[in-house]
Parts: sequence; structure tokens; C-alpha cells
Amino acid sequence: MIKMTLNNKPVELDVNPQMPLLYALRDELKLTGTKFGCGAGQCGACTVHVNGQAMRSCVTPVSAIAEQAITTIEGLADHNGKLGESAVQIAWREFKVPQCGYCQSGQMMSAAALLQAIPQPSDEQIIEHMQGNICRCGTYKRIKAAIKSAATHSSASSLSASHSATGNSADSTLPVSTSPSNKSKVEVFSASQFASKKQGASS
Amino acid sequence: MNAIENVSRRGFLKVAGISTGAFVLGISLPVGTAQAKSSTGALSHELNFFVSIASDSMVTLVCHRSEMGQGIRTSVPQIIAEELEADWHKVTVVQAKADAKYGSQGTAGSASIRNHFTSIRQIGAVARDMLEQAAANIWQVPRSAVKAHKHYVVHSATGEKISFGELASHAAKLTPPDSKTIKLKANSDFSLIGKDVKLTDLDDIVAGKAQYAQDIQLPDMLIATIVRPPVVGGKVISFDASEALKVKGVVNVIALKTRSIPVGINPLGGVAVLANNTWAAIEGRKKLKIKWQLGDKQNHNSNEFSKQLVKQVNQQGETVASKGDVYNHQYNENNTIAATYTVPYIHHAPMETPAATAVVNGKKCTIWAGTQNPQWAKGTVARELGLEKDEQDNIELNVTLMGGAFGRKSKADFIVEAVELAKASKRPVKVIWSREDDIQHGYYHSISANYCKAELTANGSADHWISRNAYPPIGWLWNAEAKVPSDNQLALGFGDIPFALKNLSIEKHAVDSFVRPGWVRSVACINNGFALGSFVDELAVKAKLPTRQMWLNLLGADRHVDPNDNGFKYSNYNLDLAAHPIDTKRMKDLINLISDKAKVEQELPENQGWGISFLRSFGSFVAAATKVEVVNNKVTVLEMHTAVDCGIVITPDRVKAQMEGAMVFGLSIALMGEISVKDGQVQQSNFHDYPVARIGQVPEMHVHIVKSDAPPGGIGEPGVPPVAPSITNAIYHASKTRIRDLPVSKVFTV
Repeated sequence: MIKMTLNNKPVELDVNPQMPLLYALRDELKLTGTKFGCGAGQCGACTVHVNGQAMRSCVTPVSAIAEQAITTIEGLADHNGKLGESAVQIAWREFKVPQCGYCQSGQMMSAAALLQAIPQPSDEQIIEHMQGNICRCGTYKRIKAAIKSAATHSSASSLSASHSATGNSADSTLPVSTSPSNKSKVEVFSASQFASKKQGASS
Repeated sequence: MNAIENVSRRGFLKVAGISTGAFVLGISLPVGTAQAKSSTGALSHELNFFVSIASDSMVTLVCHRSEMGQGIRTSVPQIIAEELEADWHKVTVVQAKADAKYGSQGTAGSASIRNHFTSIRQIGAVARDMLEQAAANIWQVPRSAVKAHKHYVVHSATGEKISFGELASHAAKLTPPDSKTIKLKANSDFSLIGKDVKLTDLDDIVAGKAQYAQDIQLPDMLIATIVRPPVVGGKVISFDASEALKVKGVVNVIALKTRSIPVGINPLGGVAVLANNTWAAIEGRKKLKIKWQLGDKQNHNSNEFSKQLVKQVNQQGETVASKGDVYNHQYNENNTIAATYTVPYIHHAPMETPAATAVVNGKKCTIWAGTQNPQWAKGTVARELGLEKDEQDNIELNVTLMGGAFGRKSKADFIVEAVELAKASKRPVKVIWSREDDIQHGYYHSISANYCKAELTANGSADHWISRNAYPPIGWLWNAEAKVPSDNQLALGFGDIPFALKNLSIEKHAVDSFVRPGWVRSVACINNGFALGSFVDELAVKAKLPTRQMWLNLLGADRHVDPNDNGFKYSNYNLDLAAHPIDTKRMKDLINLISDKAKVEQELPENQGWGISFLRSFGSFVAAATKVEVVNNKVTVLEMHTAVDCGIVITPDRVKAQMEGAMVFGLSIALMGEISVKDGQVQQSNFHDYPVARIGQVPEMHVHIVKSDAPPGGIGEPGVPPVAPSITNAIYHASKTRIRDLPVSKVFTV
């Protein structure tokens, strides 16, 4: 039995510990907002937050997130916990970012994690952080604009439900690059990296 | 044309959640359809209403076209609401199931609005007329004394008004007028068409609540993953499922029906692992041992094949269209260019891989699928289940949102797989394709070679023009002997060359097929548009003219071009050529517009260059301009523009979004999209070796929409064809390296 906090609620999972979190969310917990795109950590459609940081759930075994706080798109909220009203979601609606919309849960989860770490990201930081999220419809221009808008309108950005629940601050929980030349770089972790608490190259 | 009928009093409405007293218009079968007298028995058949107005004034509108990101679930209801005079804030949208009563539901060829604009408008107009008649009856005034306005009918003389909700039960008692007798609004009276309205699915998508085919959950459902034959036409000889069945959660292993060529839109066969969850199915699949008979397509190698196509197009082919004489002409070598262009197999790679869920109970079948062609899928499933034509309504096909499609989800193969497995396992089954399945078992844009030759003329134009192409035809899906593309396919940026030429020869070649060919966003316009756009640029360079000027000179005087004049049987994308002419003035205006807006003739720093291109396709005119920098063998795209003249615009922001998306799609095609085949097997497997554009490759982008009252053209596809040649032309102007073989990544780092 694997215990975790999911969108602020305690959850117990009786599954193969090697099962990637994506399938546990979709098949067992019926939370289908998190999407399958590649199964290999290459496209970002499955991005969720683990303790406020962006993770590819398709390559993250549930064993790696035991006792952790998970947030999915269904739990993304504003400061007061109002679901669907995080700064990125407001901006996504304002800029009419989605076309087919399938990748957008992952895009918004990545963007929210970026803004938690870097409330005012530069263009380069946006590109670097969002490079792992593919949108085949090609909404990138609007994703960039929406992230900038969300950053402007909410300097503290959005808090994910799990993040506020655990009471951790961005500084203590968000991994940053060990490279001194790029202190503010946000990493997106693959399962193995997270499981072993390594903070190496981004996936 | 469909007939509109008043179905307000049918018993089924309660089932559909529509309250008693609502005014409901349905659509009856297209005239002349064999099933015209079909019953109203099955549930799926009963729900084919189009407009429903409840007593609380809430309007429910049906979208009968499939949503894949183009915004059709906004645009179709927007058109109905316009003619209905409905308040957009009181409109709810319901997705149509597969039903012949809706007429065409095939969402492909950028056709939803260009082919169905008038019939969609008529639905709203008939409902409005009936509400007005109901009000006139209540007031006992002539019909002409009342007018619908924003969800009310107003008595013009007194200003008195009655809400749609109050009128609903009265309108429900009236007989619909003949839709052809109802006057549609003048363009100048539009209050919704041409305006940006709230997008139908935006809130659900942003909240993570939008439901795609992958998201369907049913009690007792199994999830299936399928190992398909590595080569098209391959078969399972034997398999060992013993280890797979030991994986916890795996419930069943089933061999799918063996299929053969012609492949049609059928499944490919193979072996399925069915499990209680996706992970178990994936783990079980890894343990399957299968012996294959690969079949006679196993010798196909795309690199060799491309060389063969190049050889073919450098020889005279079979005439498609001609004018004057290009063969008894002494070409002046100094003024003549001959060039061969190649495009590899290209794959759709929608972010949502194919998926479908099915439940089969005897002759009854319920399906949930994201499909571009619900009725085609339904008919295919009916044949699969051995149903007679009049039993088709035993099948209920629910159309979900598609997480991208780009042509891939026109095919029903993945839906039939789900039906086959649901029938065999006697449980609900959701088939999910892995990304590897998607990339290796697709319906690919055909590998191709195009050849162009022309001689410059003294007045800065060209003549004695030869265009040839060679590629596996889509017709091979249904006819294993098909070797040449149909006239419909040849019309795509090839047989419809709009230039003022005195001597012209357009030729095709016979080609064998080895993998499943398919429609990828803009289809043969990808390779034909690449060749045409590149060749015009090459002519301009040779003539030492700006590329814009070469386009203008080639297009010549303002006129309407008719490719039939050259002996080509031209279908004009099934549009009336008089209403949708090949208008050289609109072309020239657009080429001037893009050149001016992007300032493509400005002086640039060293290693930078602008490229432009143009193609009219699917009834719309699109020009593209791209600025690149080439430094240290690396291409960086710096700025992109498209200008579009698609006639009347319904939802401006979605037109803009489609153009933005087309630039990114075209950028992927130009820079890095390549499916290669070795020994009959696709070599790529996921996004690491079939890369598509990521955010860092996408530059500043601008869209210029031409204001027009012309009948609407398509919008999903026409943005794509001019993009790739605009990029490679820019690369030439930045680096003097001419890319004739896509993708650019063969030569440059991208």
C-alpha cells in the first residue's frame, strides 16, 4: 500500500510499486486530466507536481512518490485554494491558448512550477523550462505570452494545492541547478532522478 | 440538402434531457438516401436534433462535425446562433453521434465550413423563422411585423417583445418552412459571424475536465495494447502468451483477425494483451513471444525508394495536363532550370495517440472514439459485426474530443480493433496505442519526388514549364493495383498551376506502395507546394529578381484560371469554380501583402535571409514569409508570417490559431520530420527520433487575415503548404545553400 497526498487529500494505492504514477492516476484513481503522450518522459503531457516541482508522471513509479504531495491539473488552484483559478489557468483562458487541448494540462503544470520557482522568468528561462512540453497543434506563441501574463499579474504566481498543504517554501523544495552559472534553472525530474534524490541534468 | 423537421413532440426528448415544451428541430435524411424510411427505433437515431430551445430560453445546438483543435465546436454553433439570433451566452453545445441524418460528418479536407456554411445557416434560419411566426400568431399581426433580435422576437411597431423561451412551446406546434425559402442574413447584418466568442471547450480544457477518447472509463473495462505486424501485410504465424498471462493484472491475450492487402481502414492484425490497467497491459506485452510472417513488403527501403522516385520524375511521365508544346522546344541552357525536390514519409503524431472504447452485446455495440469520420467508422464497424445496412443503428458511436488528429483519425482501424476485442472478450475494451505504435503503424504522407523545369522569358517570367511528380497514391489503400494518384489528389497544388504559361506539361508517374499512405494535414499540397514554392524562388534567383516579382510575373494579368482549359479534370476541392475561382488578383494581392508586412526585401545582416512562398488550397489563399539565420551550419528561424485570404471569417481568433499552428506544423515538416523505412519497417519510434517542433524553435509569428466577403474557404490545412518552402528559400537567401530534399536536418543543424 502506497500512501500519498493527492490534491490535498490523503490517498492509498494498492498497485504494483513499479507502476508509473500516470497510470495510477488515470486507471486507478480515475483522474484523467493528466495525459499520456509518449510514455518516455519526452513530451511532457503527463506533467504533475511532486512537492511543487514538475515531474513526468509517465516515468515516475508510484514507489518514488510514497509519502509525497502530488498535485494534478484537477488540483491546480489560486492562493485561496480556488480550483481552476491559478494564475496560469486564468492566463491560459485569456490568451485562448489551447487548440485540441490535449497537451495543455501538462503545459500548465510545467508553467505553474516555473512560476513558483521563478516568479518573473526571462524569455530564455521560459523556453528552457517549457522545452520538454510538446504541443503538436503549435500553441507555443500563446504559451509564452500566457506565462508572461501570469507572471505579471501574479508576482507570487500560483500555488499548487499540495504545495500549500505541505507548507514548504519554494526555496527549500524546488531543486535548482548545481551549476553556479545558472542558479535559477528549474529542473524537470525523471523518476529515477527523483527516486534517488539526485539533482542532475534535466530530462 | 437535408430537410429540417419539427421533432418537439417526439418521446425521445426526455431521454436526451430536454424538457417538455421545448421547441426542437431535427434533421431528416438527405433526399435520396436508401435509409430514408428508416425507423426511429434505436436511441442513437433519435438524438439527431440540431436546435432545441427550452422554456427557460436555454438553447442547445448540435455540432455534427468533429473537434480536433480547429474550433469547430465553436464555429458551427456560432453560425447556427447567428441565423437564429440567439444570445451566445445562452447556448450549450452537444456533440452529434454518428448518424447519416446529419449528412456529411467527415471532418477532413478543411471542409466543415467551406462545404456546409449554407446548410448550417439554414438550420438556424428555419428555427428563427418559426419563432417569429409563433410571435406573429400570438400578437395576431402579419409575419412581416415581427423580427427576432438577441433571443427575443420583437414587434417592430410597438417594441413589445417575447423571449425565445416563452415562444418555444408555440413554435413547437408549427410546421417548418422549406429552408430554401428562408432568407439568410446579409453579411452586413452579422453580429456573431466574424466576431470572437467564448470558445466552447476552453474552460473544460483549462480545468483538465475535457474528455478525450483516452479518458473513457467504464465499469469492468479492460485496457488493450496490441503488437501489430512490423511490416504492412505481415501475419502472426504463432505466439506464446504464457509469460504475458503471468503478469498481475493481465486478463487475456487475444490474436486479432488476420488482415490482408488492400488494407483499407481496417486494423493490421496482431496480438492484443488485455489487462485491468494500462501498466499491466504494457508489462504483459513485453513478455509476448510472436513469430511473424513479414510478407512481401519487407524489402522496402525508403532511401533506395526515394532515389527511384527521383529517377522516375527525371523522365517523361503520363500527361495530366498540357498546353502548347514543351518537347519540341530548344531550351536555352543559360536560362533554364530543372530541379528535383523530395519529401520523405511524414507522420501526424497527434499528442493523443489513437484510442477507442467499445462494448459489444450481440448485435448491439456502443463505441466512444475520437474520429474525424464518425459515419465511415460506424459503417466499417457494422461490416465487421456482420450487420445488415438497416441494422446500422444498433451501433451507437459517441464522438469524443480528439487530442489532435491532422488526418490520422479519419481512419477507423483503431476503432475496429476495440470492437473486435470487446466482442472477443465479452467485456468493455479500451484500446490504447503507445507512442511507438502510433509512429510505426501510421498512415503516412507519401514519400515523393517532384520535378520542375522551365525557361526564363525576356520579360522576367518563365515558360515551357514541366511539372512532374511520383508518389505512392492513397488509392492503394483500397486497390492494391493502384499506382497513380487520382485526379482529386493531383489537383492539390499540381494540376491547378495558376501561371500564365503558353507551353506547359504536367505529368504523373506510376509508383508501387509499401506502407499505408494517408492524408496528413494538406496532403499532396505538402510536396507539390514545396516544389512549386521552391522552384519559383529558384527562377527568381536565376532571373535576378525579387521572389515577389517572379510570382507576380508568373501569375500575369488579373483573371480566373480554369485548369480544365489544359485538359485536366479539375475538381477544385469539390467547390464550385465560379463561386471559388482561382483568382490571380487575390493571389497577387496576398503575395504583395506578405512581402510588405514582413518587409521581405529589407537589407539584412550577413547570414540572414527572407523566403516567401504561396499556395491556394482547399479554397483558401495563403502566403508565408520566413526569416532565418544560418551560422556555423545551424539554421535558426527568426520570424514567420502568414497572410490568409479565406473569404468570410467565422471565428477570427481560431483562424489566427490555425495559421499559427500551421506555421509550427510546416516548420516541423521543413526542419526535421522524417519517417524512414528499412526492410519494410518504420525506423522511428518516439519523439527522440521523430522530433517535432518544440517551444525553443518557434520564433516571433504574425498572422495577417484579409477581410473578405467571398464564400468561405478551408482553414485547417491551407496554412501548411507555403511554410516549408518559405523556410528553405530563406535558407538559400541566407546561405546560398539550396535545400531540395526535406528535411533540412539532413544538411544543417536545426
